[in-house]
Amino acid sequence: MKDNIRTFKKELFSNKAAMFSLILLFILITAVLLAPLSPYDPYKLDAGQKLLGISGEHWFGTDEYGRDYFTRALYGGRVSLLVGFLSMLMTVAIGTVIGVFSGYAGGRLDTFLMSFTDIFLALPSMLLMVILNAFLQPGLKTLVVVLSLFSWASVARITRAETMSLKERDFIVASRNLGASNIRIIFVHIIPNILGPIIVAATLSVANAILMESSLSFLGLGVQIPLASWGSMLQGAQAYILNYPYLAVFPGLMILITVLSFNLLGDVLRNVLEPKIVK
Amino acid sequence: MWKYWCKKIIRLIIVMALISFLSFAVIYFAPGDISSMYITADMSDEQKENILAELGLDKSMPEQYMAWAARAMRGDLGVSLSNKASVWPQIVSRLPATILLMGCSMILSLTLAIPLGLWSGYKKHTWIDNIISSVAYIGMSIPAFWFGMLLIILFSAVLRLLPSSGMHSVGAESAFDTFQHIIMPCITLSIGNVAVYIRYIRSSTIVQLSEEYVLTAEAKGTPKIIILFRHVLKNTLLPIITLMGMNLASLVCGSFIVESVFGWPGIGTFAMGAIGSRDYPVIMAYVMFSGLLLVLGNFAADILYTLVDPRIKRGGTLDEG
Repeated sequence: MKDNIRTFKKELFSNKAAMFSLILLFILITAVLLAPLSPYDPYKLDAGQKLLGISGEHWFGTDEYGRDYFTRALYGGRVSLLVGFLSMLMTVAIGTVIGVFSGYAGGRLDTFLMSFTDIFLALPSMLLMVILNAFLQPGLKTLVVVLSLFSWASVARITRAETMSLKERDFIVASRNLGASNIRIIFVHIIPNILGPIIVAATLSVANAILMESSLSFLGLGVQIPLASWGSMLQGAQAYILNYPYLAVFPGLMILITVLSFNLLGDVLRNVLEPKIVK
Repeated sequence: MWKYWCKKIIRLIIVMALISFLSFAVIYFAPGDISSMYITADMSDEQKENILAELGLDKSMPEQYMAWAARAMRGDLGVSLSNKASVWPQIVSRLPATILLMGCSMILSLTLAIPLGLWSGYKKHTWIDNIISSVAYIGMSIPAFWFGMLLIILFSAVLRLLPSSGMHSVGAESAFDTFQHIIMPCITLSIGNVAVYIRYIRSSTIVQLSEEYVLTAEAKGTPKIIILFRHVLKNTLLPIITLMGMNLASLVCGSFIVESVFGWPGIGTFAMGAIGSRDYPVIMAYVMFSGLLLVLGNFAADILYTLVDPRIKRGGTLDEG
């Protein structure tokens, strides 16, 4: 195990794309966490300062209410990243539990759970998310729940397949014969051994969640004012797009950088953690 | 074989039923009373009851759902609550705009992705492959609506070349005018799919090029371009068909967002308005329409796949395990 971790670290740190995305994410997360250090209030309106454009004082300019856009983008990033991480946690938790139990139990339970999963995979998720968000109380909690509700199915598929190939292996059979309970086998032997694919799926699901959140918030169905995310900032920017294009450029750029980094990282992790796949 | 198709059809019906029931339930249980949009305080109780009965809102949720489903099966999608007109013709009149946009996007995606994917796979790990792959990567990670906004900034605000919204200029009905209007929405809708297709075709090309038949063709002196476009492409097209079927979802949902960015007068814009006014017959009609398109697309991809690749037939139990 220790050796595995060492080779893993070595491969990860020698990969340029991985280092690039890790550094970007590190900078981004630090900046977002340090947002309160900004001298500007992200919520206070100031009519005298509105739509100022880019300057040394206001790096991203100011918005239509005179708020410093850079500060707004940092606070927006907190919301976007929070939604991304929380829904990733929920997605992975639901998907792993259903996938592992389904694969481990086999038989009827497996057939039932997988039919259920397949149906969820076939649902037009974005569409149902739009409707759910429009009719439920929109906001951060709804977003996280709805996003994970429509994302767990692919994680379940992956973890099930991994569990199936693992459960007949000698060490699992041996520990079952030694009297280990099913729960113990699942949590001590199976889940730790399929962590690789789970981590890959988790990384990609953060990217996916942030992208989805931005679309929903852009449609006005995500986080509600005064809270802002990158997506909802873009919604606000839409009205000013012809005259003040910088309002539309910056939040989108942040989304792109974040999602790109998570996608890159996920791909690299897949190559490192799942060496079976030959590129 | 029969069993395989029966299973597929049963799954199709379950998915449609589930989509409709889920959306119906969400709309029904949503906070805020639908009827409050149609009842004012100065109405008498009798008037209120009449309105509720007229809208069918006086029954329980399962009853309402069953009534809606029975009517929908006969092709009656009800009456829009906000303008009291039948939903069906309103959807049909907006459908061509959406279909046009999706169709153009599908064509654009394939004509871009096939040559780029093949080229990038053929030139694996060279600078040209690196550029194409990076662009595909960005295409995969970019929010489509933001890309659309960037296009508007560049082509409408800075260069003043293309109109930023709508489908026709006022008074203009020419095909060229529509063409000008569709360029940006079409590119925006395609970017995600192009990226996915390129990545797929690239890796499939790499696998195919290492096959022995390529070596044979090379030994016979077949030009590279023929090998790529005739032999490799033929073997890559199969998975692309499935991919297209699966990607219909992103096309349907994507068009919903793209229509709202560009004010494209399709069913997505129509549905967005309906969501705002809680016009549930219209929303349900939209969801069912998109759901059906999607599910049928998957189904058609399955059929095509079986037709093109007879090996599938032997595997009647393919979707088990």
